Amino acid sequence: MARAVTNRRKLVFTLVAWTLALLIFFPILWTVLTSFKSEADAIASPPKFLFFDWTLENYTTVQERSDYARHFWNSVVISLGSTFLGLLIATPAAWSMAFVPGKRTRDLLMWMLSTKMMPAVGVLVPIYLICRDLGLLDSRTALVVILTLINLPIIVWMLYSYFKEIPGEILEAARMDGASLRSEILYVLAPMAVPGIASTLLLNIILAWNEAFWTLALTAAKAAPLTAFIASYSSPEGLFYAKLSAASTMAIAPILVMGWFSQKQLVRGLTFGAVK
Amino acid sequence: MSTQASRAAARLMLSPAVILLLMWMIVPLAMTLWFSTLRYRLLQPGAHPFVGLRNYVFFVTDPAFSTAIVNTLILVGGVLVITVVLGILLALLLDQPMWGQGVVRLLVIAPFFVMPTVSALVWKNMFMSPTSGLFAELSKAVGLVPFDFFGQAPLASVIAIVAWQWLPFATLILLTALQSLDREQLEAAEMDGAPPLKRFWFIILPHLARGVTVVILIQTIFLLSVFAEIRVTTNGGPGVASTNLPFLVYARSLLQFDVGAGAAGGVVAIILANIVAIFLMRAVGKNLDA
Amino acid sequence: MGMIELSKVTKRFGYVEVVPPLDLTIEDGEFCVFVGPSGCGKSTLLRLIAGLEDVSGGRIVIDGADATAAPPAKRRLAMVFQSYALYPHMTVRKNIAFPLRMAGMPPEEQARRVDAAAKVLNLTPYLDRRPGQLSGGQRQRVAIGRAIVREPEAFLFDEPLSNLDAALRVGMRLEISELHERLRTTMVYVTHDQVEAMTMADKIVVLNAGRIEQVGSPLDLYKAPKNVFVAGFIGSPKMNLVSGEGARRFGAETIGIRPEHVRVSTTEGTWTGTVGVAEHLGSDTFLHVHGTGLAETVTVRVGGEIDLRHGSRVHLTPDPDKIHRFDANGLRLP
Repeated sequence: MARAVTNRRKLVFTLVAWTLALLIFFPILWTVLTSFKSEADAIASPPKFLFFDWTLENYTTVQERSDYARHFWNSVVISLGSTFLGLLIATPAAWSMAFVPGKRTRDLLMWMLSTKMMPAVGVLVPIYLICRDLGLLDSRTALVVILTLINLPIIVWMLYSYFKEIPGEILEAARMDGASLRSEILYVLAPMAVPGIASTLLLNIILAWNEAFWTLALTAAKAAPLTAFIASYSSPEGLFYAKLSAASTMAIAPILVMGWFSQKQLVRGLTFGAVK
Repeated sequence: MSTQASRAAARLMLSPAVILLLMWMIVPLAMTLWFSTLRYRLLQPGAHPFVGLRNYVFFVTDPAFSTAIVNTLILVGGVLVITVVLGILLALLLDQPMWGQGVVRLLVIAPFFVMPTVSALVWKNMFMSPTSGLFAELSKAVGLVPFDFFGQAPLASVIAIVAWQWLPFATLILLTALQSLDREQLEAAEMDGAPPLKRFWFIILPHLARGVTVVILIQTIFLLSVFAEIRVTTNGGPGVASTNLPFLVYARSLLQFDVGAGAAGGVVAIILANIVAIFLMRAVGKNLDA
Repeated sequence: MGMIELSKVTKRFGYVEVVPPLDLTIEDGEFCVFVGPSGCGKSTLLRLIAGLEDVSGGRIVIDGADATAAPPAKRRLAMVFQSYALYPHMTVRKNIAFPLRMAGMPPEEQARRVDAAAKVLNLTPYLDRRPGQLSGGQRQRVAIGRAIVREPEAFLFDEPLSNLDAALRVGMRLEISELHERLRTTMVYVTHDQVEAMTMADKIVVLNAGRIEQVGSPLDLYKAPKNVFVAGFIGSPKMNLVSGEGARRFGAETIGIRPEHVRVSTTEGTWTGTVGVAEHLGSDTFLHVHGTGLAETVTVRVGGEIDLRHGSRVHLTPDPDKIHRFDANGLRLP
C-alpha cells in the first residue's frame, strides 16, 4: 500500500520540520544556554550563541541567595501530595462508574467536568478568606487541598477512560472463577489498571507542578512553590538574565523530562480518551 | 447490567468524590454570592453592611470591566485560532515521512511542559524586551527601531506567549487524530480523482473535526482563566490594556482589598464561563462518547 | 450433580421484559444449546444462570439447591466467554490456575491440575506465554482450560466460537464435543449458529424474543418443527416456506419443504421454474429456482454432479411425506 517515497521529498520535509521544530523549541534552548553565561555575556550585543565562557556560577548563586531548594521542595510536596490525594479519591469513583455504570453515570461525568468550567477567580475571595481564617495562607496544606479539588474531575475522567477499556467480561470471568471483590481488584483489575493510573499520575504531577493561579494568589514566601518563586523575578530590580535562566532551567527540567517520557499517554490522557 | 451487591458497593465508592466536588462547588459559590452583596473592605474593620446589588453596579459600570470582558474574549479567541490553524498545518507536516521524526515531536511538544511563569518571564525579558531582548537585537541588526512589545501591543504579546504554550498541545492532539485516519480512505479518494487539496478539504478536515472540538474544549477551559502570564508580564497594563476578567477580579479583591467588588466580579466570571460552557458541552457531549 | 432447573425465571431491564416467565430443565450431563437470532435473550438467559445478572422473578435451582440469590462464585459453574476474557497480565499457567488460587487450593495441587488440563488441550508448550502471544484458537483453549480445572457442576459457553475463522471453528467444535464425551459434565452453550446447535447438542432450546419456541433433540427439531419460526431457523439451506394458494392446496396456511426433500426432473413434476443461480459445492448442488409461482425463490438440493445451469428449465416434485403444514398462527398442523 505505501508507495516508495523519494529521498528528495523526504529531505525537504525533514529540513522544513526540523527548522520549525527548532524555532518552537528555541526559547527553551536559549534559556538553558543563557543559564551558563555570565551576566555580561547574557546581555551582550550582538548576542553570543555558543561561544562564551561557560560557567555554573548562576546555579550556585540562585541556590545561595534565594533558598531555591526550599521552593523546589514545596513544588514537589504540593504536586505529589495533591496528585496522590486525588488518585486516592478518584480511583474508586472512576472504577465504579466504569464497571457499574448507571443511568446517571454520563450526567455525573459531565457534571464533574463542568466543575472545571467554574473559573478560579469566581471563588478566589471566599477561598482566600477561608484560608486566612484557618491560618492556612502561605501554607502547603491549603495548596495540596485546593489542587486536589481542582484536578479531581480531570483525574476521574482520565481514570474512567482508561478503566473503560478494560473489558467487563474479564471482571465477570474473575467473578465466575470465584474471586471476591477484594481479590478481583487485587489480582485482576489492579495489574490491568496500573498503566492507566501511572500515566494519570504523571500528567497530574505535570499539571499541578505548573499550576499558576492558586499558587500565586495564596502564597507569599514560606510555602511558595517554583511558579511563585520564579514570578518574584519579574520585579525589575531583581532581574538578571543569567540567574533567571538558571532558576528557570531548574524549574522546568524535571517536568520536561517527565513530560517527554509520558508523551505517548499525554494525548489520550488529556483528551480523556476522546483522541487516541 | 449487574447485580444488586456490586451496585451498592459502587455507590459507596463514588460518594467521596461526588461529595467533595459538590462541597467545592457549593460552599465557595454561596460565599461568593453572599460577599458580593456586602460592603466588605479587607482593610476596614467592623461590620459588613448589606448593599444589595451596588457592588455589581460598581463593578460592571467600571470602564475597566468592559475592557476586561473584550480582552478575555480576544485572548481566548486569538489563541484558539492561532493554535488550531497552525496546529493543523504542523500536524500535517509532522505526519510526512522524514528523518528524526521522534526528536522533532519531542522538540515541538516541549513548550507545553514549561510552567506559565517561566515562559512569561523568558519571553518578556529575553525575547520581547525593547532594550536587550533577542527581537530588539534582530531589529537593530537589520537597522530597525526595536519594537516595544508590551508597551505598544500588550494584549497581542500576551496572546503570542500563551499561543506558544498551547500550540504543542493542539499539534499533538491533531497529529494523533490524523494518524488514526484510515489510509485506504485517502487512497480511495485518490482513485476517485480528488487532488491533494480536495483530499484535505473533503477527507482529512472532516476527520479532524473531533480532534479540533476536543482541542477547543480543553483549551477554552484553561484559557478563560489565564492569569500568571498577565501577572508576570504586564500586570494588566499599561492601564487596563491587557487586563482580562480573572486578573481584574484578582486586582479588585487582593490588590485593592475590595472583597465585595471582587466577589461580584467573580460571579460575573462564573456567568461568562457558563455561557461558554453551555455551548461547548453541547458540542462536545455529542463527540465525547461517555 | 449438574442438573439446572429454571422455574418462572423472568428478567426485566427497566420496564422492558427481556425474558418473560420461562421454565426449563437441563439434565445432568446434557449438552444443551440455546440458539436463536441476535437479541433473542439467549445470552441474558445464560448470564442469569451464571449469576452475572440478577433475576427479576422466579427460581434457579442448581444441583438441587436454590441458587437464585447465590453470587456467581458460589454456583460451582465455569464460563467460557465470547471474548475469552483471559487475564492479559498473567501467563497461560496463571490464567488457568486462577480459579484454583481463588479457591485457596495448595500450590502443588494447582500445578498438577494445570498440567493435566494443559495436556488435554495441547497447551503444554505455551504455559509460560501471555495471552497476547497466542493465536485465537489457542486463547480459546486457555479459556476452556481455565473452566475445566475447577471441575465445575456445569460449563457455560457464551458464543465461544464466534471470534474464530471458519476452519478453526469446525476444529474447536469437534474438540468441545469430544471434551463433553470425555467429561460427561453438563454444558450449556449459547450460539446464533444453527449448525453448531445441530452438530453439538443433545438438546436444543430455540429462543425468540425471550420466549422458548421449542425444546428438543436436533432430529426432533429437524423432523417436526413446532412452528414456522423453528422451521425457518433450523436446517441449512433454509426450509422453503410457501404461503397462499400453493399452501391452501395442502389444507394449510403455510407449508414448508426442505431443499433436500424436493425431486428435480428435466421432464415432468408438480411445479415448473427456471434455474437462477446454481451453487456447485462438489458433493451437492443447490439450485435457486425462480418463476414457480410459489415463492420468489425455491431452493433445492440435488446431487453434486448434475449439470444444470443458469436459465435451465426444471420441474420440481416435493416428497409428500416431508411437507410440513402450519396453520394461520404459524403452528404445526398434525
